[in-house]
Formats: sequence, C-alpha cells, structure tokens
Amino acid sequence: MLVHGEIWTTKEYFVYPNEYVTWAIQIVMYPYMTGLVAGAFVLSSLYHVFGVKQLKDIARFALVFSFALLPVAMMPLMLHLQQPFRGIEVMMTPHFTSAIAAFGIVFSTYATIVATEIWFVYRKYFVETATALKNKPDKGMIDSIRQLIFSALTLGAWDISHEALEKDHKAISIMAGIGIPVACFLHGYAGFIFGSVKANALWMTPLMPVIFIMSAVVSGIALCLLVYTVVMEMRKRMAKLKKPGSYGYQDLKHIRGVEDHEVKLTAKFLMIFMILAITLELLDLVFRGYTAMKSWDALRAVIYQRDAFKVFVLQYTIGNVLPFIMLLWPRITVKRAAIASVFVLFGVFMMRWNVVIGGQAFSSTFHGFMEYHFPWVPVNAETFKEGWPGVLMVAVTPFILFFILNKFVPVFLVEKEKEV
Amino acid sequence: MERRDFIKSAIVVVAGAAVPMSALELMNPKDVLAANPNLKWAFLVDTTKCVGCGMCVKACKTENDIPWTANVSRTWVERYVVTKEGKVWADCPKQARDGFTSPLLDENAAGKISVDPNDIAKGFFVPKLCNQCDNPPCAQVCPVGATYKTPDGPILVDRTWCIGCGYCIQSCPYGARFFHPIYHVADKCTWCYHRLHHGMKTACVGACPFGARQIGNLRDPNDPVTLAVLDGRIGVLKSYFGTKPQAFYIGLSKEVD
Amino acid sequence: MSHVWRPLWVVIVLVAGVLTFRHFYVPKDFGIQEQGYMYGFHRLSNEQDWINFPISYKFSKDDSYCQQCHPGHVKSLLASPHAIIPCEDCHGPALNHPDNPPKLQIDKRRALCLRCHANLPYPGAGRNVMPGIDPLTHNPGQECVECHNPHNVMEGLQ
Repeated sequence: MLVHGEIWTTKEYFVYPNEYVTWAIQIVMYPYMTGLVAGAFVLSSLYHVFGVKQLKDIARFALVFSFALLPVAMMPLMLHLQQPFRGIEVMMTPHFTSAIAAFGIVFSTYATIVATEIWFVYRKYFVETATALKNKPDKGMIDSIRQLIFSALTLGAWDISHEALEKDHKAISIMAGIGIPVACFLHGYAGFIFGSVKANALWMTPLMPVIFIMSAVVSGIALCLLVYTVVMEMRKRMAKLKKPGSYGYQDLKHIRGVEDHEVKLTAKFLMIFMILAITLELLDLVFRGYTAMKSWDALRAVIYQRDAFKVFVLQYTIGNVLPFIMLLWPRITVKRAAIASVFVLFGVFMMRWNVVIGGQAFSSTFHGFMEYHFPWVPVNAETFKEGWPGVLMVAVTPFILFFILNKFVPVFLVEKEKEV
Repeated sequence: MERRDFIKSAIVVVAGAAVPMSALELMNPKDVLAANPNLKWAFLVDTTKCVGCGMCVKACKTENDIPWTANVSRTWVERYVVTKEGKVWADCPKQARDGFTSPLLDENAAGKISVDPNDIAKGFFVPKLCNQCDNPPCAQVCPVGATYKTPDGPILVDRTWCIGCGYCIQSCPYGARFFHPIYHVADKCTWCYHRLHHGMKTACVGACPFGARQIGNLRDPNDPVTLAVLDGRIGVLKSYFGTKPQAFYIGLSKEVD
Repeated sequence: MSHVWRPLWVVIVLVAGVLTFRHFYVPKDFGIQEQGYMYGFHRLSNEQDWINFPISYKFSKDDSYCQQCHPGHVKSLLASPHAIIPCEDCHGPALNHPDNPPKLQIDKRRALCLRCHANLPYPGAGRNVMPGIDPLTHNPGQECVECHNPHNVMEGLQ
C-alpha cells in the first residue's frame, strides 16, 4: 500500500520512516505562478503609479494578463491537496498563525484590487460598447447577450463625462498603489510559507520572502515581455495581410515602433530586478557555507554534489548568467530580449524547483537523502494531479483565460480607437 | 518623475501595505493555561532498556489501524551503530515493525551495510514517537484548524476537517507525521488518546516487555514518570527548535537527534 | 454618491455571501478552545471522536484479563523469564475475544522469536545480554516452538 509521495521518492541512507517528498511538482508550480501574477502586476504599476509613461502599452497588457494568471495561482495548491474538495476551508476557518491561511484573505484582496483597477480602466469601453449595442437596429441572439453582459459590467455607472473619467483615472492610480504592496505580500508570504518552516534547514531563512518577491518580479516581467512580443508579432502578421483602410488595419511601422520601444525599456527593468534577485540568492548561499550550522554537511552534499547540475548549470548559468549577458550585450533586439526572457523564465522555474524539491532532498536526520523522480507516465490519480496532466493544466489555463478575457477587456484598445 | 509625485506615490504604497498588515493583529494567540490542571501527559523513553524487538511498532499499527504494509508508522525504533573510528550508521527497516533481526543495516537505496563486529564501539536502539510538543509547530502551521493541542497534552488531527496540504508534515522536525494511506489526511501518534481516557496506557507502553517506554501524568507528583523527569537526568530530541517536547529520554547519545 | 464606489458594493455583497455560506458550512462547535488560537483552534467535538476510537489491546497488569479464562497458561508464563512479555504480544489483541475466539491468531513464527533472540553484537546494549542465536546457523528453516516452549522456556528442550 503506497502512501502519498512514495511513488516518486527514493530514499538513500538513514531517513525517518515517515519522510517522503510530499511537496512535489505542483508546489514548484505554485510559487512560480503566484510569482508571475505579482511580477506582471508590478510591471503594470510602473506605469500607473510611478508614471513610467513609456510603458503605457505593456502596462495595460500586464494588468489584464495578471488577472488571467490569478485563478491559476490557486490551481496548483488545489491540485496538490489530498482533499481538494475541502480546499474552501482555508476561507471558512482560516488559522492565521499559518502562512497558508493568509492565502484566502490576501488572494481575495488582491483579486478584488486587480478587478477593480481593470473595471476603472475599461469602464468607458464598457459603457460605449453597451450603448452601441443598445442602439444597434437588428440585434441577433449574440448581440443581445453581449449587451446584457456589458450593461452588467458597467455596474450601472453610465456617466462617461470628462469629470467622471478624471475620477476613474485617480481611482486607477490609487488601486495600483494599493496593489503593489498587496502583490508583494501575496508573493512574499509564499516565500514565508517556506522561510518559516524551522524544521527544514534549506528553507528556513528570513531572506526567503524577499528572494521570492525579487524572483517573482523577474519572472513576471520576463513572461509579460515574452507574451507581449508574441502577441505583437501576431499583430504584425495580421497587419501585413490587411489592406490600408480596411477594418482593423494597423500601420506596420507603428506596431514595430511601439514594440521595439516597450521591449527595450522592459528589458532594462528586467535586468535591475535580476541583479537584486541574484545578489540575494548568492548572499543566502554564502551565508550558509560561512556559518556552517549543523545542517550544513547535508545541505552541502545536496547543493554541491547531488543537485549541483540543477543549481549551478540549469539555474545559475542557463537561467541567470546567460540571459543577463544577452540583455547586457549592446544593440539589443526584440528577438534577443524575447529569447533571454525564455531563459529567465526557465531559470526562475529551476530556482523554485531547487528550493521546493531541494529542500526535501535531504532527511531531517541529516544522515540520509531523498530523490524525487518526476512521474513521466501518469498511472493513478496522484501522478495525474501531480504529473504531466496537472502541470499542463496549470500552464495552459492562463492563456485560455487571457483569450477569453480579451473578448471583454481588449488589451490593445487604445490603438484601435486611434484608427477609427 | 517629480519628487512630489514620488512622495505621493510612496504614501499610497505605504497606506496600501497597512491593509494586509492589520491581519497580523489576529495572530496574537490567547495565552491560556491548560484547563484541566490535574492532567498533563508525559512520555518517558529509557533507551538503555530497548532491545529493538519492535513489539511497540506492531502493537501501535494494530491498535491505531495504520495499514501493516504501508511504509509509515506512528511510532518506530531506530538502530545506531557507531564504529571505533567514530563513523555513525543508523537505520530503521520497515519502521522496525518486525524488529531488528539482522546485523546488516538497511540503508535504503545504498543497500545493506555490514559492519565488522570487531569495529563496533557501541550499538543501541532508540524508540521514537510524537513528542506532543508544548509548542507544536504542526498545530501552528495548520491553515484550517484541523490539528490542535488538547488541554492534557496530545496533539490530534480532525480527520473530517484536514485538507491534506502537508504543511504540518513539513513543519515537524521529528518526522512524526505522515499522510494516512486510506483516509488521505495527515496522521500522527496520539499517545493512544482513546486508551488514556479509559485509564489505560498506550499500546506501545503496554506491548514493551522491557519497560523501555512509560507514560505518566506530570501533575501527579508520585507518578514514576514525573519523578524521573523531575529528579533524573533526562534529555529531549532537537531541543534547539524550541518545540518543548514532552517525550523525555534517558540515555540519549550525541549521535541521536 | 460618486460612481467610483460601485466596486465596493460588489465587494460587500460578495463578503456577505461568503459569511452566510460560512455560517452554514462550519460546525457550530468550531472555534478557539482552551489552548488558545495558535494551538487550540479546532472543532471541539473532535476530541470526543478520538476518545471514542475502538480499543484493541487489553494489556492488563500481570495479564489478569487473560487469567480469568486461562489461569494455567498465565501461571506457567509468569513463572518463566518470559513473564515480562504480555500475552497479546504473541497472541494478538484481545478485542472481541472471548466473544469471537477464532479471531485470535497466535503468531508462532520463527520471526517473532528472532525479534529478541537474534543476536546482535552491540557492546553495552541490552540486546547483547539476552540469550541470542545466529538465525543463519541455528536450525534454519525450523520453527522455534518445535523445540522450545514459549510459556515456560526453562522447561528443558524437548
């Protein structure tokens, strides 16, 4: 009879009998996804709060994308639970001495803030669309439903006079301002979940929440940069196909100019946060070696021997050093920045992996080790949830949600207005 | 950006931070003493008496309905073999449910290790179980209030309320917790809470022929466990975690933790 | 009132909905109990749930429970060095016994005896002091009870 985690755990030397790798791939995905959410939001706030005007185009995109990522931050947690249907209890009987219980509250607060900000950003669009649909002469079924949805989305606030819109703008910057600390809190406590586990020698450090926030911002910006580039490339293709003057036509030069500008500036912010993240991570590593507490022998064996390839080659070299050089190299191009972003995303994923799986790679006895074998073939519910199918579900959902959301809150609204 | 704008933005940020911080106020726990001042359970393990027969593990699994073949157990026995060069070997084959019947050490994937009897400086057995800590990190980190400390000591898990997140399992420094393979919730030693409440000793204490395990009431000054804890030289496991374990050990060696 | 407060109304309605749901979902005796919020936040009746857990082993002092029906066996056991071993260690838990006698299955396997009597050469350990054999050389494949009487080990080999 297998217990949870036994199927993918190999023990070596003396390990407590009840120890297994109980936190597997979904717990790697969880801080990764929340990190992307927080990072995307911080990127959008750079424009809304700190007035980095040049980021206007990517800011709106990052905001909506952050909202699309939100439900997905919750998914890995649900999928790793042994009792997924009881997950709601985190909201019903929250025990705030637990970092996980903060999840329900911070998550809902954050979701509310992002939704509110989006509402203020798109209220004018909602009103205009609903009004246009109302005045449309022969409406079909779909148009009637759309009119109903957009009317509901206005929440009954139909006033789009100049003064009203001014108020909206003020509200946006306030919501974005509140949003930054909450976004950091959302991800900082994900770091706290690990950093506060005193039983785990690798996790326990007060630096953990800060390291998590920094790497979160890094991964969030990188993902936004990457998806933004892909979307812009698609728009370029579309622009090539359409004739000037036809519906939805956009000037190719204009798109290229906007893309070039936004990507290059975003890449600069990416580098700043990468420096912060790597500095903190190295500080943590150096400190552990220098203080050499009781756990150090076991930790050293994991970091420098057993997981050395994952830590120093995959995470630091491919995930940090390589993209950093690519971004730093003169005459950066959109393509190079996008490829560097892929490496950065991979590097942050490996960092999550090395923290979550690496933290369970040694036994609390400090006399033994545990190795995690990713279940490539799902053979039961456990390996389905915490194997390929579960991971793909988590990875694909934000893009599906983004596609659906884009139908109601079009990300590239501004340019379209200009053409009309 | 104007300096004024920056200050304005900064104020907005700080004000925003104050909202989630207010949640911290709720974290202050009520510092309430145990309601029943007459009952406070404590466990005493005399490692010098243990011979590694594993009868305690067998009795525990049977009494508490932990599947015999599942590779988890609420209690277990560890074997330590220290060579004359100071090399420490330790193992715990099948949680010691079948006892220790072979001189070969079971080092899991590293195989069976044979130590030359002439090289052995000392060898001994250490029974382990939940320490029912006074500051239990497992109860502290449960996000839904499914695990808790009872007024008389033992920490229990509500099987109808546990969501199975595994946070308590990660937070226990002693490896006392695991997922129950049938109920799919966190499970742990309860010091046979049901037996204690019917005036009986725990199953492991009852099954031990050598008196290596004892349980007693710290509030009773004449209880042999209380006397041993108060007067004897005893140790606890991993005291540096500040968990205040309530399982006390006689004859702990530096190799054990 | 300004339209900017509209999202707040939505939030208030949602929170009210969650609180209403919570009222019906959470058991009435769930709350902060005697140990305080950090360690004592739980459903109170769960303590009773655990107290009601079925008892399997009797483990009575001097095996008085078993003695009621099997005085002879207990007497001979108590006179031997095996007196320290409770009946139920080898005979299994007395749950539902004597109501359902066949339920008790006596473990007569060699492996049971080896738990104590397979010699392990550890200086200073109690195990080393006990009479022990090397299971690989001492009549391998034979059950111990074919020669030794577990109730009266001093009886002499058969």
